[in-house]
Amino acid sequence: MNKLDIFKNGVTKENPILVQQVGMCATLAVTTSLLNGIGMGIAVIAVLTGSNIVISLLRKFIPDEVRIPAFVIIIAAFTTIVDLLMHAYTFALYQALGVFIPLIVVNCLILARAEAFAFKNGVVDSIVDGLGMGVGYLVAMILLSSVREFLGNGTLFGINVLPASYEPMMIAIQPPGAFIILGLLIGLVNYLSRRKKA
Amino acid sequence: MNLISLFITSAIVNNIIFSQFLGACPFLGVSKKIDTAAGMGIAVIFVITLASVITYIVQKAILDTLGLQYLQTIMFILIIAALVQFVEMFLKKSAPGLYQALGIYLPLITTNCAVLGVAIINITKEYSFIEAMVNSVGTSLGFLIAIVLFAGVRDKVDNADLPESLKGSAISLVAAGLMSIAFLGFSGLQL
Repeated sequence: MNKLDIFKNGVTKENPILVQQVGMCATLAVTTSLLNGIGMGIAVIAVLTGSNIVISLLRKFIPDEVRIPAFVIIIAAFTTIVDLLMHAYTFALYQALGVFIPLIVVNCLILARAEAFAFKNGVVDSIVDGLGMGVGYLVAMILLSSVREFLGNGTLFGINVLPASYEPMMIAIQPPGAFIILGLLIGLVNYLSRRKKA
Repeated sequence: MNLISLFITSAIVNNIIFSQFLGACPFLGVSKKIDTAAGMGIAVIFVITLASVITYIVQKAILDTLGLQYLQTIMFILIIAALVQFVEMFLKKSAPGLYQALGIYLPLITTNCAVLGVAIINITKEYSFIEAMVNSVGTSLGFLIAIVLFAGVRDKVDNADLPESLKGSAISLVAAGLMSIAFLGFSGLQL
């Protein structure tokens, strides 16, 4: 498989949120505003790519029997790095994302890519896979959070984009909105991919 | 905050799934039948309570005294993974009946973010030991309530006549959203 295919696979065909539906907790929780969604997406890209690189480099040294604990420790180390960096340099975002930054460690997406890709492929391919899956995650986060912020607040990046007479649909940024809008988004993706096939 | 209101708040008002979004993966994955959902819910109560006790003690006795708070994430996930493994082995030997009932769900719990999430929340909210325990039991009970109710709803939804594109996870998420609206009603509860 060439590099471009690996990348495109992550963004579209096997999009982690919209198609595979893994790593939903943080997706539902932090997409109340576009900025939070993008912040979380970038944090996941960093952890995913970092752990893919290290796991791919170590794949000849890690015995098969203990690979899962080894993956978890490597992922936890990268999560801690991202956690400390965000605490130091983007404090407001760090507070908004809260418990969901340390929870990147149990994001099934990252463990799944370690097991399914990085442990079996070379470093360069693993970097491309990490970036592709990460960008796919980011795209889905942007879609979901922009719809939620637009409907629920009438803003994008905190800037008003609708006239003042717009009455915000509060439900969109409350918990139920996360479930309903993501459900409809997945339905739309299903519809589009079915139409493409037909 | 008194303990009873903390319990009710953590179980229902701030329901772990409908308002905190922790544990959404098993919630969507293991909710196709009511009895499997109940099995998962009970296994989660068991592991969350045990994990909270141990992580709380480790945090206070080791990480805080040695000033190693930055190792929290690594430490907690290792404790949870080891604990789940240990519980599995223990149940297999001493309580085969319970093991049969919970067996298949136990390994899945390691990557359930509810377990790590509750352990971390107990620390960041600076609960006392007793409060942390009440919060853990309440939160995991909330998980059981949510997943069993949702399995019941899903049973009906799966038989409904729907547009092809909405079938499966899409309509499940919308149904979860509607249930979340119902739980939003509890947020007005004054305790």
